[in-house]
Amino acid sequence: MKFTRLIWANLTRKKIRLILTLGSFAVALFLFAFLAVVKDAFGRGADVAGADRLVVINRTSIINPIPLSYRDKILRIPGVKVVTHNNWFGGIYQDEKNFFPQFVIDPENQRQVFPELIVPDDQWANFLKDRQGAIVGEKTAERFHWKIGDRIPIKSTIYGNAAWEFNIDGIYHGKRPQDDETQFWFQWDYFEERVPERAKGNIGWYVLRLNSPDDAVRVAKAIDDQFANSPYETKTQTESAFAAGWVKQFGNIEFLILSIGAVVFFTLLLVTGNTMAISVRERTGELAVLKAIGFGDQMVLFFVLAEAIAISLFGGLLGLGLAMMAVPGLARALNGLLPALVLSKATLALGLGVALLVGLISGLLPGIMAMRMRVINALRRV
Amino acid sequence: MVRVDGKGSGALIQVRGLNKTYKRGGESIQVLQGLNLDVDKGDFVAFMGPSGSGKTTLLNLMGGLDVPTSGTISVDGDEITHMSASKLTQWRARHVGFIFQMYNLIPVLTAFQNVELPLLLTKLSASDRKKHVETALSVVGLSDRMHHYPRQLSGGQEQRVTIARAIVSDPTFLLCDEPTGDLDRKSATEIMELIEALVAKHGKTVLMVTHDPVVAARAHTTLHLEKGELVEGSAERLAAMAGGHV
Ligand SMILES: Nc1ncnc2c1ncn2[C@@H]1O[C@H](COP(=O)(O)OP(=O)(O)OP(=O)(O)O)[C@@H](O)[C@H]1O
Ligand SMILES: [Mg+2]
Repeated sequence: MKFTRLIWANLTRKKIRLILTLGSFAVALFLFAFLAVVKDAFGRGADVAGADRLVVINRTSIINPIPLSYRDKILRIPGVKVVTHNNWFGGIYQDEKNFFPQFVIDPENQRQVFPELIVPDDQWANFLKDRQGAIVGEKTAERFHWKIGDRIPIKSTIYGNAAWEFNIDGIYHGKRPQDDETQFWFQWDYFEERVPERAKGNIGWYVLRLNSPDDAVRVAKAIDDQFANSPYETKTQTESAFAAGWVKQFGNIEFLILSIGAVVFFTLLLVTGNTMAISVRERTGELAVLKAIGFGDQMVLFFVLAEAIAISLFGGLLGLGLAMMAVPGLARALNGLLPALVLSKATLALGLGVALLVGLISGLLPGIMAMRMRVINALRRV
Repeated sequence: MVRVDGKGSGALIQVRGLNKTYKRGGESIQVLQGLNLDVDKGDFVAFMGPSGSGKTTLLNLMGGLDVPTSGTISVDGDEITHMSASKLTQWRARHVGFIFQMYNLIPVLTAFQNVELPLLLTKLSASDRKKHVETALSVVGLSDRMHHYPRQLSGGQEQRVTIARAIVSDPTFLLCDEPTGDLDRKSATEIMELIEALVAKHGKTVLMVTHDPVVAARAHTTLHLEKGELVEGSAERLAAMAGGHV
């Protein structure tokens, strides 16, 4: 286009200002991408969830136990295919910083309920035979350089503070990239044997698989009805609802992240809006001459908008590019503390879209100012 | 022929009964009062008058930058006083070459690119534009400064670039508002010789505002703005009255 040169010349006329404005966009978009990645990671539980899985917890809270005796009653409800039970162990490996989730599992049924977490059959067979056996996710194994056959002490925090010894018998991996590969599983029998008397016979939660996802509502209600008015009332939810509730325990992360993002973009809007307004005001005389020699009001508006949008486009691409380079490193640094960190195409597109929108809005006011400016007044002002 | 009695006919520029009143706060200032003017093709007119007498106002009205309170202006048969704003913008691009006292050039564009600006509004191809720009720059004697930026040019050279830009699209007439106001005597003389040549050799029609009787003396006719109307008078006579420096 024949006006490109004029727009480009205007864009680059104040180099330092251009760099600072591009920098604001880049920083804001980098931060946006970063926040979006963290938000996605927290929300990921819902994507991982199986549509045909229900989670049964104690109605009071997930940290209250449920009797193991409920298992058979649950199995008898029509539509339930298989049930496993888990406990939260909450142990520490060497140092508190080395957090990863340890679950006490029901070895007979765990694999049928979580078929997407794959353990080789020979490893699983060894695990079943080994009372102190453990299966660990690939990420956690890599993180601590554990191999099959290693003996691992994990210090209990809830059930006394002795160290419990485990043998790594197997390593599982997830079928899909978003599957959680940080868990550590060990046998119910070993747990039951070592916990104090008061804790025996209590499990943390049940996870069950249905014959069909369509049964979810009916089965959930049937379970909760069955145990209503008992000392251990239950709350049964789909796994995705459960995951969403789990994230909420950390506070309303989504709201927090959205509000930070909104503040960042609002600030960006003010900064660029101000910069555009200043640069248009500085050029009043020139714009007046352009108008005098026949450039129309819309064209002047177009020049200002094109400039603002070019800044937002280049700055936005810069920030998103930096984020794309930084996210893998960040994922490594966090090392399994959060589920897989992924900068999705949707996030990139949204980021660029918002950047362009900010560019457009920040150029709009100065652009209209330039459009409305009257030549005779502008030339007289000097 | 230039007339100020409103009795001419068939002139290139015809101004009839022009009034312009500005409102500032509660009071209104009547700057132009029933002004008449006829300018033929190829005329070179200088406007003089004390500061605030309305010279710039008149020029802006004839250039379609402002609209009169009442009265009419027609140029080459087009009545511009009733055109819409966007029509007027297009009309300016076709018919008027502007030369202001300052702030004429875009500092981030070269002389060539500045002169090319009015042609960007036409359908000319890039190579045709280049030809026209080179011709205009050679008319003002700046072929060798084509790729210089305004800050690399002297004030006189900048004004010559402005003149090149004003003539590049071959407009119907040129409007100059104190074109030498910011220049030293030598540069001013060069600019005036250039404008004279445009009139004499290229048949341009020029309307110019100036405070300087020496500059005004170059024009065919000098008109004075007095009480909102134009009156004829020779620059020489006025210069003599002012102390005799011609
Ligand atoms: N936009 C405006 N609003 C109000 N008053 C105005 C406006 N433009 C011009 N005037 C007034 O109109 C009168 C004529 O102004 P104009 O600029 O035409 O004078 P001038 O003859 O060009 O003066 P100078 O020689 O100083 O350039 C002045 O009194 C000026 O203050
Ligand atoms: Mg003036």
